[in-house]
Formats: sequence, structure tokens, C-alpha cells
Amino acid sequence: MAESFLTKIPHEILKEAYKAGIEKDEKARSGTFIHLDQTTLYSKINDEYKGKLEMMDTKQALEKYPWLKDYYWKLVDKDKDEFTKKAAEKYSGGYFMRILPDAEVIFPLQSCLIITKNELEQRVHNIIIAEEGSRAHIITSCLQHPLIDSSTHIGISEFYIKKGAKLNFTMIHSWKENTLVRPRSAALIEERGEFVSNYLCLRPVRDSQMYPVAYCNGDYSKASFNTILYGQSSSLLDVGSKAVLNGKGSRTEMTSRAIARKGSHMYIRGKIEGNHPEARGHLECKGLLLDSESFIHAIPELIATKEGAELSHEASVGKISEKEITYLMTRRLTEEEAISMIIRGFMDTSIMGLPRELNEEIDQIIDMTAEAH
Amino acid sequence: MVKMNILEIENLQVKVDSKTILKDLSLKISRREAYVLFGPNGSGKTTLINAIIGTPTYKVTGIIRFMGEEITNKTVDERARLGISVGFQQPPEITGVKLADILKLCLGKSFKDEFSSEEKKRIDDFDLSEFSNRDFNVGFSGGERKRAEILQMMFMKSKLLILDEPDSGVDVESLKLIGNQIQKYVDTTESSALIVTHQGGILEYLDAKHACVLLESKIHCFPDPKEILKTLKAKGYKECIQCQERVIEEW
Repeated sequence: MAESFLTKIPHEILKEAYKAGIEKDEKARSGTFIHLDQTTLYSKINDEYKGKLEMMDTKQALEKYPWLKDYYWKLVDKDKDEFTKKAAEKYSGGYFMRILPDAEVIFPLQSCLIITKNELEQRVHNIIIAEEGSRAHIITSCLQHPLIDSSTHIGISEFYIKKGAKLNFTMIHSWKENTLVRPRSAALIEERGEFVSNYLCLRPVRDSQMYPVAYCNGDYSKASFNTILYGQSSSLLDVGSKAVLNGKGSRTEMTSRAIARKGSHMYIRGKIEGNHPEARGHLECKGLLLDSESFIHAIPELIATKEGAELSHEASVGKISEKEITYLMTRRLTEEEAISMIIRGFMDTSIMGLPRELNEEIDQIIDMTAEAH
Repeated sequence: MVKMNILEIENLQVKVDSKTILKDLSLKISRREAYVLFGPNGSGKTTLINAIIGTPTYKVTGIIRFMGEEITNKTVDERARLGISVGFQQPPEITGVKLADILKLCLGKSFKDEFSSEEKKRIDDFDLSEFSNRDFNVGFSGGERKRAEILQMMFMKSKLLILDEPDSGVDVESLKLIGNQIQKYVDTTESSALIVTHQGGILEYLDAKHACVLLESKIHCFPDPKEILKTLKAKGYKECIQCQERVIEEW
């Protein structure tokens, strides 16, 4: 019997991992994957999910399955920028996850990418394949040891959502004030496939820039991007998402909630390209600016290339409404309590389409963030 | 025996952005009674409400006493905790905060607590069960918003209910429900209500004891609200305040 991953990980890191959504009781997960610094430490599928799921290190998977090369560097361009070039030149592994045809995975797969060494540049490459008719939730957490000063995370992720498959993928980032973060992700969605990508970044980070793209090539394919960002401590967050709607009746919905305080700078981007007459897309971005040291720059973009495509966006950035604060005070909250309640409500996880148990877990993470301030 | 007043306002002056809206206004509200407040547009009815509840953008001088205690310099939440509650004419929408959360707040429950079966029944009486888990006021109709306001006030068990036009923009059924519920609350809890109304629609379902007319920063109170409403409609505000017999001579 495999020993628990708990015994292999430093105690301080475990505490951080729990805060970032890693479940120590693996029974509530269908499988667990841990990559520490430059090595895959642990990869295990719970018995009841064997035959429904596969998970292993990407390097190992490429050796085992010759066909996997057709999925490797096929959505993200190796030459896109210096970070993709570095990851193409040398990487330390990553996770390969495959949900087998028609399999239903009720408990989420959890994966965790951890940095514990100073000045480390972690480079990982992940490939996720949701085979035809499958349904799954994945939670992935990325974090850094609380005691190290500076590091870089480069993560390439390629998602393949096959015909009629549904994948809900939640990524939780818990970096530090000195981490440089460069994920490079893309997804391909086939006929009637559905991809939900949730991203939460609630802790400080030095500089994070990401712009995942979903290609909705299949007819009636759908991509949803939901983002909750809590910017603080001079964090620079440049976070966006892009959907390319090529298929007949392909759709996208993008929802972002951004809170900026304590000198954080945030660029919230969103781009929808409607390349089919029956393409439909909507983008919603709401920003709350809590002080005058910080700024939020919302950049919604809509591009329609075929008559009939319907794309829309709504974006708003502002301070907390005095009217809302006073209102809650008439319901006996102090001013401080009223502000917390408005901020907490603003980071509303119900936008993420998660099952109830998972939603409650994510809510606990957000509660910890809200309570810490 | 002198009946104790729940609210006493003396020489009130209210400014918003250095513009004086009300000056030298006085008003007394006794316990266990419902008052309706009439007044033309711009006469300062909403300003008066904001002064009583303590909205910070309304700069107030004079004295406001609640159950004998001066509250002029107290914050909005302090006044709410003493027992003043307000139902707004246009309550805000709050993203991500559910109606259920606000109702729990009013009941003094924690957000994790469940409603008791009695509380659930109350929510049902107000026809709000299906809205409980929706974002507060987002996509609510006029009647739904007003019903939610009144239910919150009931749940807060306040001693003084202040309502800003609970009868505007609501359908007949909601109006009937709102009127009946306020009446029942005032009758059974020994509390008072001050209800601002334009059209007086609420009087169909609510037996208010006094009608007050706010005109040119003065309040004139009279005994028979329905009669006053009739006169207001027939003769207008100015003539009305001259022809009726006042309730309390000192105003």
C-alpha cells in the first residue's frame, strides 16, 4: 500500500497546502498528485477510480504512450515567448491526467505544485485530456514555502476536451511577495464539450501574468472562465482569458471579480473572438478599488468576424458603495463589518459552477482571506 | 399620565452638501402608534428619515431623542441597535450577498445557522422563499424589494419602524400584505411606525392614528389620516394645513 503523501512533505508546506485547498483526507479526492520543486513526489489514484482515471508524471506518460506526442506542445506555441522557450528546452515534469471515456469523477482530482527552494525556477508541463463523454472536477494548487524569498513558476498546461466531455478545472494560487508566475495555458474543446476554468488568486504575488485561451472549435462547444482575484501588497496581476469561438453555436461566458488594495496593480483582460454566425459570448468584469495606492485597468475586447455572432461585455470598476455600507449598518453591522460583508460577497464563489461540497471548501479558503484583514 | 414619546426631535436642521434642506423642525412620536407623513416632492421627507437613522452625508444640528436618550451623534448601527429600523424606498442591490444572509443578520443569527421553521414560515408569508438564495435585490421587482424591506424590519424586532414610501411601485397584493403586517406588528409589539406615503395607498390596509404633513420645514399633525388625505387631494397641501384641527397644539 502506498504511504500517504503527508509523510514526504515538510510541515510548513503542508499547512500552506491545506490553506490552498489540498485535502489531507484523500478519501474526499479521486486522486492526488504532488510535484515538489523539480520532482514528482507522489501520484496516486484512489482504488474506486481506477479504470476511470489515469494520472502520472508527464515525462513518464510521454514514454508510456507514444500517441501523447500529438498532444504535447500542440495548443501552446513553444516559441510564444521566453518562458515557453525555457519550458520547451528543459522541464521537470508535471501532471498528465486523463479522464477515460464516459467516466464520471465525482470527487475532484487534486494536484499540487510546490516550490521550497530559494531562487528556483520551476518549469512544469501539464496535459489534461477529458475523453469523450467524461465528466470531472480537478482542483490544482500552486504554492511556495513560506520561508523562501524568491522563485519563478513557469507552467505549461494543455487541455483537450473531447466530444461531449465536461471538465471543471479550478486553480488556486498561493504565492509569495517575491514569486514570478508565468502560466501558459490553452484548451481545445470539441463538439458539445464544455470547459469551465476557475482561477483564484487571493494571496500576494510579485508578478503574475497569464492569458489562457480556449478554442471552441466543436459545434455547440462551451468555455467558461471565472476569476476571483484579491490583489494586495504591491502585487502585479495581469490576468485575462480569451475564447475563440469557431464552432457552430459555440459559446463562452467570462466572469471576473477583482479586489485591489495596498498598492496592488491589476490588469483584467478578456477577449472574445466570434468567428461563426451562431457564436455567442458574454464577458463580465467587476472591480473594487479599496484605496488610492492601487489601480485596476479593465480591458474587455470583442472581435466579431461573421455576421450574426453576438458578443457583449459589461465592466465596472469603482469603490465600495457608501449606500451599501450605510444600508448594512441600518441592519446593525458596524462600518467595518459592513465593508467585510460586501467584500466577502463580491468574491462570490457561486459563479464557479462547483458542486456544493467543493464550493464550501473554496468558501473556507476565501473566509480565511477575508478574516486575515 | 403622560404617555412617553418614542421619538422627539427638537429644532432640527439638516444640510446636504452645504445646502440646508430642513430647518427648525420639531416632531414627537408616541409609543404604540402608527403615523403617516405626507408632503410634496422636495419637502424633505427622505431627508428627515436620513437624519433620524443617522446617514453620515446628512449633517444634522438640533436634538434627536429616542426613548429618552439623545442619539443625535450616534452612528447608524448604534441607532439600529437601540431599536430604530428603516425600510428604504430604493434599497441597494448587493452583489454576492444573499437575501438569506441579510435576513439572518436581522435575526441576529450567524450566516451558518439555519432558519427555524417559524422563521421559514414568515419568509413564506412574505412570498420570499424562492428569493432567499438570490443576490440581494438583484432582479427583484418593486413589490419583492418592498416585502423584503418590511420582513427585515419585523425580524429586527425594532421599536420604531420608519418606512419610506412602502406603497410606491407595488402591486395591490403586496400592498395589502405590507399594510396588514405593519398593522399587526404595531398592535402586538408595542412599537411605533412612521410611514412616508405619497398616494396614501397604504391607508387602505393600515389604521394609522395620526397624519403629519411636512411643508416648508414645519410638521403639522392631525388626527384622521384618511380625512387628511381626502383634503390634500382636493385642496392641496397649503390649504389643508390651515383648515384642519391639529392634534397637538404646540406645533
